[in-house]
Amino acid sequence: MPDFHFELVSPERLVFAGDVEFVVVPGTEGQFTVLKDHAPLMTTLKPGVIDIAESKALVHRYFVRGGFADVSPAGLTILAEQAIPLESLDAARIDADIKDAEEDIADASVDETRRLAAEKRDQLLELKAALKI
Amino acid sequence: MPSLKDLRNRIASVKATQKITKAMQMVAAAKLRRAQNAAEAARPYAERMGRVMSALAASIAPGSPAPGLLAGNGRDKVHLLIVCTAERGLCGGFNSSIARLAREAANSLIGQGKTVKIICVGKKGNDILRRQFEREIIEVVDLRSVKQLGFVNAEAIGRKIVSLYEAGEFDVCTLFYARFKSVISQIPTALQLVPLTVSSEEAAAPQAVYDYEPDEEQILTTLLPRNVSIQVLRALLENAASEQGARMSAMDSASRNAGEMIKKQTMQYNRSRQAMITKELIEIISGAEAL
Repeated sequence: MPDFHFELVSPERLVFAGDVEFVVVPGTEGQFTVLKDHAPLMTTLKPGVIDIAESKALVHRYFVRGGFADVSPAGLTILAEQAIPLESLDAARIDADIKDAEEDIADASVDETRRLAAEKRDQLLELKAALKI
Repeated sequence: MPSLKDLRNRIASVKATQKITKAMQMVAAAKLRRAQNAAEAARPYAERMGRVMSALAASIAPGSPAPGLLAGNGRDKVHLLIVCTAERGLCGGFNSSIARLAREAANSLIGQGKTVKIICVGKKGNDILRRQFEREIIEVVDLRSVKQLGFVNAEAIGRKIVSLYEAGEFDVCTLFYARFKSVISQIPTALQLVPLTVSSEEAAAPQAVYDYEPDEEQILTTLLPRNVSIQVLRALLENAASEQGARMSAMDSASRNAGEMIKKQTMQYNRSRQAMITKELIEIISGAEAL
């Protein structure tokens, strides 16, 4: 399959850049896979796992804590709030995020922010269950 | 004429000072490399973010209500100045040049009858600005205990800005920091954060027709606060690199000055020692001749 250019950037550094075959992205409105010549799309991300396939045999997996994906004719760019290789992710890290979200729920003064924080917590809990860690 | 002992003491003290400045220079050089790497590593994100923001801004139909952080609230009455400086001194004109830029901006705004509020990031800026703008400074952010600047630090400041904006505390927000050009040149810069300035050249570039998921407005509302944090992060990282650069060159010239001073004083010391010996010899010889 033809390759396209992909970049994963976190605020502190460029995490991954290169040509890949496909990438699975956890969009807010559902997970989707980007292949070459995908239609231009911008979407926010929920906390989840990005699968980057350089080829069928070589797949990198990263945990992202929310962010933003930009599919343009030039390729795919993901701006992640935080990107951690899945191997170095542990339960403690996710638990800390869940706790943060719960604090946000408690602190929220507006219904809208409370709803967003609750949503985030649910997504994290779901992810934790899915990864079984 | 200072005595020989005085001279010796003075030389010893200048030598001690030179040792300190030399050590500081070397520490600054090591820190500079790290700070520079961090600043460079953060650049891709900020650049991509800028590109996405301008694409989004361009896609919003003119006339439709844009979120406040992007377009401003139409007023221009209360200005928030965020002044990023170092936590420590001894770095040449670094802190004072940023503070000067901020002070000029504040003075001209006050002259135009506008209200100014100041947030100082870093202790030194507060020290300098406090004298004149005691009442305007609403907060001082202390980063002294922070070892490695990260997104968390910037996010805390970014959140503060956004919540102040939502509470209607200010209309326009400007960030002051020193852009790192090279070790010997740091440029004090003012960057307007709110409303967002989109570089016209990027906005004019032809954009592909995007699908948005969820719609533009929701993306913008989540992205805009993050963009503020990112800009703050970039400013902080550039500032950290600039600070170390400024300190390195300041300490370099301080060591050189100390070297020159040591040379001059050693010369004076040797001269007066020689003069004393000559004087003693003359006394002995004239004493012997008198016999």
